[in-house]
Amino acid sequence: MLKLFKKGKEPEILRDELGRRAVIDIRQITKMYQMGDVEVHALRGVDLQIYEGEFVSIMGPSGSGKSTLMYILGALDQPTNGAYYLDGVDVSKLDEKQLAIIRNKKIGFVFQSFNLLKRTTALRQVELPLMYGGVSGRTKKAKAALEAVGLGKRLDHLPSELSGGQQQRVAIARAIVNEPAMILADEPTGNLDSRSGTEVMQIFQTMNREKGITTVFVTHDPWIARHTNRVIMLRDGVVVADRKVATPLVAGETERPSEAEELEGVFQEVYYGGKEEEYN
Amino acid sequence: MLILENIRVALSALNANKLRSFLTMVGITIGVTSVIILVSIGQALESFVIAGFENIGSNLVVVFAPLVQSNSKLLTLNEVEALSDVFRVPDALYVMPQDNMNRQVVANGVEYVSRIEGVDVLYPTIFNRDVIGGRFFTQNEVDGLARVAVLGQKMVDRFFSDTFPIGQTIRISGVRFTVIGVLSTEGGEGLTTFLGGDADDIIVVPITTAQTRLSGERVITGERPVDFVAIQARSSDTVKSLADQIRQTLREERNISFRDEDNFQVVTQSAVLDTLNQITALLTLFLSLLAGISLIVGGIGIMNIMLVTVTERTREIGLRKATGAKNSDILLQFLTESMTLSLIGGGIGISIALTLAFLVTTFVPDLDVSVKFTTILLVVAISMSIGVFFGAYPANRASKLNPIEALRYE
Ligand SMILES: Nc1ncnc2c1ncn2[C@@H]1O[C@H](COP(=O)(O)OP(=O)(O)OP(=O)(O)O)[C@@H](O)[C@H]1O
Ligand SMILES: [Mg+2]
Repeated sequence: MLKLFKKGKEPEILRDELGRRAVIDIRQITKMYQMGDVEVHALRGVDLQIYEGEFVSIMGPSGSGKSTLMYILGALDQPTNGAYYLDGVDVSKLDEKQLAIIRNKKIGFVFQSFNLLKRTTALRQVELPLMYGGVSGRTKKAKAALEAVGLGKRLDHLPSELSGGQQQRVAIARAIVNEPAMILADEPTGNLDSRSGTEVMQIFQTMNREKGITTVFVTHDPWIARHTNRVIMLRDGVVVADRKVATPLVAGETERPSEAEELEGVFQEVYYGGKEEEYN
Repeated sequence: MLILENIRVALSALNANKLRSFLTMVGITIGVTSVIILVSIGQALESFVIAGFENIGSNLVVVFAPLVQSNSKLLTLNEVEALSDVFRVPDALYVMPQDNMNRQVVANGVEYVSRIEGVDVLYPTIFNRDVIGGRFFTQNEVDGLARVAVLGQKMVDRFFSDTFPIGQTIRISGVRFTVIGVLSTEGGEGLTTFLGGDADDIIVVPITTAQTRLSGERVITGERPVDFVAIQARSSDTVKSLADQIRQTLREERNISFRDEDNFQVVTQSAVLDTLNQITALLTLFLSLLAGISLIVGGIGIMNIMLVTVTERTREIGLRKATGAKNSDILLQFLTESMTLSLIGGGIGISIALTLAFLVTTFVPDLDVSVKFTTILLVVAISMSIGVFFGAYPANRASKLNPIEALRYE
């Protein structure tokens, strides 16, 4: 099977039952880190297709390979083995420059720790991808993106003058400003309190619903995961579950239930199925 | 557009670490200042010396007995006679002895220790001096030990600011002299100025009078010595042969055996020029070394601080790459930053140098230290090259960072 890809034949872009194109198509991806003499297998063969307009959350215990997978999906890292087609493009064949262009045009990354530039106003943060993409009319587009995340009045604020939730919204505006094929978010609510987290979720949901932006994000919070359409569970570098959420919650409309009820509807058995030390 | 953005980012980064940035620039600033001063003073000295030779009259050979030479013997008027012998020194056009001294002068109620130059009638010809008032003394007056004096401009200003000087009486060491003429200003730029003080601040009298009335000096034979003899060659081609003829004649006069060294010195303009050039070259070498070292030290400082900056901003680099920055974008960003650093350092250096040049010119008017535009272009180019050269390694390191590791960096 691998041989087939190495011949350079581009596979047909897959489509799901609704006729949507696969934005992400990965086949038997592995990722191995060499730490001195020790080989760390962060991913051990992941197959995954994500179709346009999907809103997917990736869950799994710490160390299960979620971030590793996100970096590969974001073209920030290359898999050790396996193939990755992003919008039909074989990412493994791209050089440094082309990867930069892919990251710029096709992907919007949101991080747990916001990763905003110091001493840089919100507006300029958002202009950054436009600048690297050589896009004209930057200020106008960046303003629009900031307005879309509800920060139209905070254009000239520095990160130090914004709350955590607001900073994350700037980061989201930066991720969407280039109108990418998808947004990848690695625990975007991880550093936020539940109210700011809900706000951020609302933005992701709105973007997904209204603009149809494919969104993949990592979360540890089952309650947050229930706001997405599909939940993928990773453990020890493999996908152990991949299910549709029957009725996704709408952010802000439902009160967070008690902790006991939280896991209801999100395969409790898989999440708690691992060994105890995985959760530490 | 990206360039402007890079400059903006660089300025705000430098601004965020003001003290650090400033300290980093000091090396470049000192280097640039010394380069400008070096080049400008070199140019000023050169034009100063050239102007001196243009003024002094050309093809001149000077014979004297250097004080620093232990065996040296003062020249006498008899020897001047010998040097004036057209058969022995055929290439000499004019031969003139000169005897200088400092004497108390009283005139018009003013008292001043003045520089007296005892010369003969050839003085205006040989040294290119004009007499703008009255006249110079004649051969008759020289032969007759006449007590006549010709004043330089500054002497006129000092003694006769309110009276017409010609015809006035002055007392030099108590001896009465009559002022018969006034010299034009020499401008204070001539070689005579350079070698022997201000050529406008002199009183010129016949050498014979100076020797008999003002100086009791005698050599062992009882003759009266002179300070030096100025001899003008017939043309620039014969300067060298003239110098040889002079040496030959003096060695014969003094019975110096072929084994012994000269006990006098024959100096030609080109020799003086050579010496001056040597001094200038030495000075230039020294200052260049200083400038070079501080520029290199400054460059290393920039490299050091850029390496620190790259490490500090690892996450920023990762983030920039995640949003689509190419390696070349990162490279350019950090090169811009190191160049901004070195250019600002250079800019400060330029302003310091301009101030210094202005001060030197104000306090030493003879030395016109003006900074040429080409010099400024030169140091701007040097600063930029230092920024590029020493910023290249850190910038390259930044651009090659793996985005993931950069983003993970704590
Ligand atoms: N650069 C690296 N070098 C060596 N090992 C690494 C490296 N990055 C990740 N790993 C290892 O790979 C495995 C997966 O890491 P990853 O960061 O993808 O986990 P994760 O699911 O994102 O965990 P978390 O929920 O804590 O963020 C872990 O065992 C980790 O120690
Ligand atoms: Mg992670």
